[in-house]
Amino acid sequence: MDTEITLRVDGADHRLTVDTRTTLLDALRERLGNTSPKKGCDHGQCGACTVLLDGRRANSCLALAVAHDGADVVTAAGLATDGELHPMQRSFIEHDAFQCGYCTPGQIVSAVAMVEEAATGWPSAVTFTPPAGPDAAPDLGPVDLAAQPDEIRERMSGNLCRCAAYANMIPAIQEVARS
Amino acid sequence: MRPFRYERATDPASAVALLARSPQAAFLGGGTNLVDLMKLDVARPDLLVDIRGVTSRAIEELPDGGVRIGAGVSNSDLAADPLVRRRYPVVAQAVLNGASTQLRNLATVGGNLLQRTRCLYFQDVTTACNKREPGTGCSAIAGHNRDLAILGTSPECIATNPSDLAVALAAMDAVVQTVGPDGGRRIPLTELHRLPGSEPQHDNVLTHGELITAVDLPPLAVAARSYYRKIRDRASYAFALVSVAAAIDLADGRVRDVRIALGGVAHKPWRATRAEDLLRGGPVDEQRLRRAAEAELADARPQSANAFKIPLARNAIVRTVLDLVQAAPA
Repeated sequence: MDTEITLRVDGADHRLTVDTRTTLLDALRERLGNTSPKKGCDHGQCGACTVLLDGRRANSCLALAVAHDGADVVTAAGLATDGELHPMQRSFIEHDAFQCGYCTPGQIVSAVAMVEEAATGWPSAVTFTPPAGPDAAPDLGPVDLAAQPDEIRERMSGNLCRCAAYANMIPAIQEVARS
Repeated sequence: MRPFRYERATDPASAVALLARSPQAAFLGGGTNLVDLMKLDVARPDLLVDIRGVTSRAIEELPDGGVRIGAGVSNSDLAADPLVRRRYPVVAQAVLNGASTQLRNLATVGGNLLQRTRCLYFQDVTTACNKREPGTGCSAIAGHNRDLAILGTSPECIATNPSDLAVALAAMDAVVQTVGPDGGRRIPLTELHRLPGSEPQHDNVLTHGELITAVDLPPLAVAARSYYRKIRDRASYAFALVSVAAAIDLADGRVRDVRIALGGVAHKPWRATRAEDLLRGGPVDEQRLRRAAEAELADARPQSANAFKIPLARNAIVRTVLDLVQAAPA
């Protein structure tokens, strides 16, 4: 069943006709030729397809394109500005934070979003450990990622890396979080 | 994936009316579970009714001091909400212990409560499964059942409910609001999901076309000191082997109020009322907690590979409540 939708992808507007079954990931890759988001598991388990969907990181393999008509999508390919790599992209290169590179666009989009989330005070499961006392007010302020690698590990757990390049991703992300 | 029609509902009434058009129709929220099940050919809707523009995305304080969570609130927004974090920390924590940020950004509160079991056989259409195809048998009972239920099982199904949020909400006496073809109703969270019995195809008591619109949390003094502990095969981003949502309120060293619910052990979030009753009014120490947990688990009936869940659940209850009792006041 075909439906016409519009998508803004990495700043450019597109009008396309999609079958209702088309995922956002397939629309990006197969229809718009943007192969930056990768198809790993195609079941929301690996994070290789991560994009910013209306500003928030999301698994594009589980989002139906038809349900996101009019959405603003940013892929790893769209993070660079005026030919300059995003600081997170540069940091991944400097820290050798990848091996085969297949999961890397998803890792980088996720890391960029994560730094924002921590800065706005979004908690993670790690933030709550250990249990607070009865009168403890939660700390709603920014989370210091640079000082807490456990926070980075927890917040990046939706992105798998089969080469296990995690060890170098942590300092890569810490460096961007610090700046 | 099989072909389907897609409609966007404009208000709850139109969503309910649209769904009534087909017995195979389904509501689409975040889609994180439904779209996956469609890819696996487990879910075969011929019509998706998109309700993301219909259900409330607001979290608001109620006149009685409780909190109303719109069914369309994303899991991320729920976990980050200051009111929820302050008054019901166990709820925010439970959400953050489930899935990944990418999934929580898409997933909604209503959808979280209605997600299907992750039993391997339910998700594999090449195997027999009474939940997916009633009458075909249960492959898990004689198969890989390490992750599955120990409480409230039936000879037809030993699946577990996978939601972390539901476990915390069960402990907090949450109430689910719905609208359906026959009007609206309020369902205590502990009565939303059902045990499998002879009809494991029904996860919950909702009728076709009934839409969750909100979840109400009552004002609850005990909720301020609450905690969610999830035990799983890896540190993050995995379903629970066992989880515990607990809350305790002490006065003069005695238990004024206590809430305990278990996840990963049954077809529904398991409110441990037997353990709560044994603890209420008395002092709290490791021995008493252990006895209460053992009483709760006395009816547990493990499968070939999941007997470890009984001591695991017992120890998780003891440890979690003790941690709460020992947490230093700020």
